[in-house]
Amino acid sequence: MIQVFAKFLGKEKALGKNISKLSHWTIFVHTFSISAFTIGGGYVMIPLMRERFVKKLGWISETELTELTALGQSAPGAMVINTSALMGYRLLGFWGAICAVLGTALPPLLILSVISYFYEIIRDNRYVSAAFRGMSAGIAAVIADTVFSMAAPYFKEKEKPSIAIIVLAFLVAFFLDINAAFIIISCGIAGIIMGAISRRRRKKL
Amino acid sequence: MIYLKLFLNFLYIGALAFGGGYAVLPLISQQCVMKNHWLTMSEFSDLLTISQVTPGPISINTATFVGIKTAGVLGAVLSTLGFIIPPFIIVTILYFIYRKYRNLTFMQDILSGLKPGVVALIGLAAVDILIQALWGEAAVSLNTLDLFSAFIALGVFFVLRKWKTGVISTILACGVIGVIRELIENLIH
Repeated sequence: MIQVFAKFLGKEKALGKNISKLSHWTIFVHTFSISAFTIGGGYVMIPLMRERFVKKLGWISETELTELTALGQSAPGAMVINTSALMGYRLLGFWGAICAVLGTALPPLLILSVISYFYEIIRDNRYVSAAFRGMSAGIAAVIADTVFSMAAPYFKEKEKPSIAIIVLAFLVAFFLDINAAFIIISCGIAGIIMGAISRRRRKKL
Repeated sequence: MIYLKLFLNFLYIGALAFGGGYAVLPLISQQCVMKNHWLTMSEFSDLLTISQVTPGPISINTATFVGIKTAGVLGAVLSTLGFIIPPFIIVTILYFIYRKYRNLTFMQDILSGLKPGVVALIGLAAVDILIQALWGEAAVSLNTLDLFSAFIALGVFFVLRKWKTGVISTILACGVIGVIRELIENLIH
């Protein structure tokens, strides 16, 4: 049954120079080692995934990873786990997805299992919080760097509708306390409307 | 049957956890604190603090923590598994639709809206973490601004843009700088 299912979803041709290194085991190892550093919440994993899977390994293109992130955000659950699953599907089909999810979920599971027995020490330790404070400053910069790289093409090509979505979605999410899934779905609808408008305009010309 | 109860409970949370991250917290506190009394409110707020200094999405951390507190390691594994399964099924369906219809104009339109939306949400995450780093628990104003952290954030941003340093080593270096600063402050006082 699972075999049929796996075949049904299949795998797609992956790209890149390091494709010979692609296997279920390496997917697990890479997602595991990345996930262990997602301190401060899931979004930290996006820069890490870009660095590892797009730039270093070249297993997946930047656009695809962004598209999968968007899909991951619109499903329920942790965005990072969903995005990992989608990337696993893209790389090696069903079992690739399972390996990616295990690799992403295991580090927090292991670390928090251990820590939950003596968390008071960590909660009240000033050096832990000092390290955390320093790291959050760095993480904010790392994520900001990724946002700049992701937004740059839109600004270079002067794609006004996309820029409008970025700015509007940010302002709405920041000032009104609206669910991220709802924002993503609204952006999808905005995409449909803008596509229709631009086609009609082209027809008129 | 605490194991089954944990599993089913997190299955339920996982299926309804739209938006992920902090958006799921009300649902989790309703299920684990109010309804089942697996955690006290103060344990729940401790959990939020620990979640920030440990890796992983906050929802996974919560599932692990609740599982461990109520039923040990097996409880943690089952809770986490329960939380992951419903989204995994939904993501599988989404991926199938995405792959099948990716080249349709309609799907392209949706994606062309989704991509800038994701950029905005990641930008929001950056701002949230920056506020946490620069102001911590204090109210956001010029007087309470942690200049040192602001300096680190700006410096790291510059270094990343200019020299494209590795992400993990950069983050770790910032943690070390944070500890050194604490040590020096302790020496002075």
